[in-house]
Amino acid sequence: MTTTQPIVVIENVEKRFGALVVLKDVSLTVKRGETICIIGPSGSGKSTLLRCINALAPIDKGQITVDGIAVNDPALDKLALRRRVGVVFQQYNLFPHKTALQNIMMAPVQVLKEDKVEVEARARRLLAKVKLSEKADVYPGELSGGQQQRVAIARSLAMNPKVMLFDEVTAALDPETKKEVLHTIRELATEGMTCVLVTHEMGFAREVADHIYFTDGGVIVEHGPPAEFFARAKEERTRAFLEQVL
Amino acid sequence: MQPVAEFFRWLADAHGINLTIFYDSVDRSRFLTGLFTTIWLSIVCIFLSILIGLTGALIQGAHSPIPRAAVRSFVQFFRNTPPLVQLAFFYFAVSALLPMVTDRHGVKVPLIDNVGWAIISFSLFAGAFNVEIFRSGIEAVPKSTIEAAEALGYTRVKAYLYIIMPLAFRVCLPALGNNLVNLVKTTTLAYAIGVPELLYAAAQIWSEVLNVREMMWVLLFTYIIIVAVLVFVMHRWERALRIPGYSA
Ligand SMILES: Nc1ncnc2c1ncn2[C@@H]1O[C@H](COP(=O)(O)OP(=O)(O)O)[C@@H](O)[C@H]1O
Ligand SMILES: [Mg+2]
Repeated sequence: MTTTQPIVVIENVEKRFGALVVLKDVSLTVKRGETICIIGPSGSGKSTLLRCINALAPIDKGQITVDGIAVNDPALDKLALRRRVGVVFQQYNLFPHKTALQNIMMAPVQVLKEDKVEVEARARRLLAKVKLSEKADVYPGELSGGQQQRVAIARSLAMNPKVMLFDEVTAALDPETKKEVLHTIRELATEGMTCVLVTHEMGFAREVADHIYFTDGGVIVEHGPPAEFFARAKEERTRAFLEQVL
Repeated sequence: MQPVAEFFRWLADAHGINLTIFYDSVDRSRFLTGLFTTIWLSIVCIFLSILIGLTGALIQGAHSPIPRAAVRSFVQFFRNTPPLVQLAFFYFAVSALLPMVTDRHGVKVPLIDNVGWAIISFSLFAGAFNVEIFRSGIEAVPKSTIEAAEALGYTRVKAYLYIIMPLAFRVCLPALGNNLVNLVKTTTLAYAIGVPELLYAAAQIWSEVLNVREMMWVLLFTYIIIVAVLVFVMHRWERALRIPGYSA
């Protein structure tokens, strides 16, 4: 399903927190249907980059466009951007006072003002997709981490996004539940969803990614298709990092 | 009612324990009016103070510093002055600034009567505490939860309405309960400006019947019951809002 049409274009982006420069001259392009993985040591700015894509954090220089929407435009239609971009966080961040089904239904009903009956049907399909149909009426506090994470994925998908951002979504999970979540993401990627994945799961990255980016200290040090990237990293920093994690 | 009245009449004659409210219809209706006024005043003020608290807490989350500063001053003012002084201030000082109006009988009366000022004063007093209570509840909602809402397209106001407030509310229910009990107790101050609430009714009765001792028992007992009912309701509310698997 990968086309040559870009959907996320990041050009020469700089992001600062006060004096701290967190992203320096970052450029990358994600094509429709593509899955890219961003890897790199903690603190290298991976989460910040994802937050910039979704306008959760404003950028200081450069340009980001998502599906033709300029994210750094002062007149940005935030809702238009956010219904195109789904985000899943490390800590799931489900709404604890709502059941799994309600969590999935909330945004389409309350934000997009869609018909409740239709949304519920869609939410139940999504719950089935993440294999949690029997947990529809259960609250997040009664679900395991992996189950919560899959509900969080379904919740994002309910907005019919064009791009999904995953920020270390398996980092807080034990190996067993990790598998379930990775399975869900793999399925999405194969179905042609555009995915941007920040992950420490190198095996998974190698398997699902069309392209791998390695970041360190706020810059993209090196990138390439997984086979090439893992076999023949050119930069010393990349090799050092890979040695540590592999 | 007849045997009850007979019993209390006997109690007064035989033992000098004079509870006129149980056998004298005038005193009984004074007492019931007082009770009704106290309950009504409490309910109206509880409702308004919660509304003030929610609004104040929402404004404190605003970007612009001016409304935030205004809310902060409001809270400081009402928290750091005695409620009796606030009430008197409204009733005597603020009221004097307002125009008089003509009522149905063509008599010139103040725009807001003593009951009106009691409601305004107590609602603002308890509301100021509620702002702080709700604010601390809002601060207890994880930033990441709010960010998740934002990522789903929620605006500030919508996130506040559907996600932040429902969670914050659960966190602050115990503190809110304490403040509302305090509010109910504070309504007795309305006595000072002649609002016919419980204390006022009791004072009317004892100044005629000279049964101060008995009426003090009645007063204390009545307030214990009113507060107990409120505490019970708050606990039920807390229970009803409890989320399985989640501890606020
Ligand atoms: N809101 C913030 N304010 C100040 N500094 C921040 C903020 N968010 C992140 N940082 C800093 O930016 C750097 C990159 O953080 P982050 O993007 O979370 O890295 P990663 O996800 O790769 O671990 C870190 O040094 C972090 O301390
Ligand atoms: Mg991170």
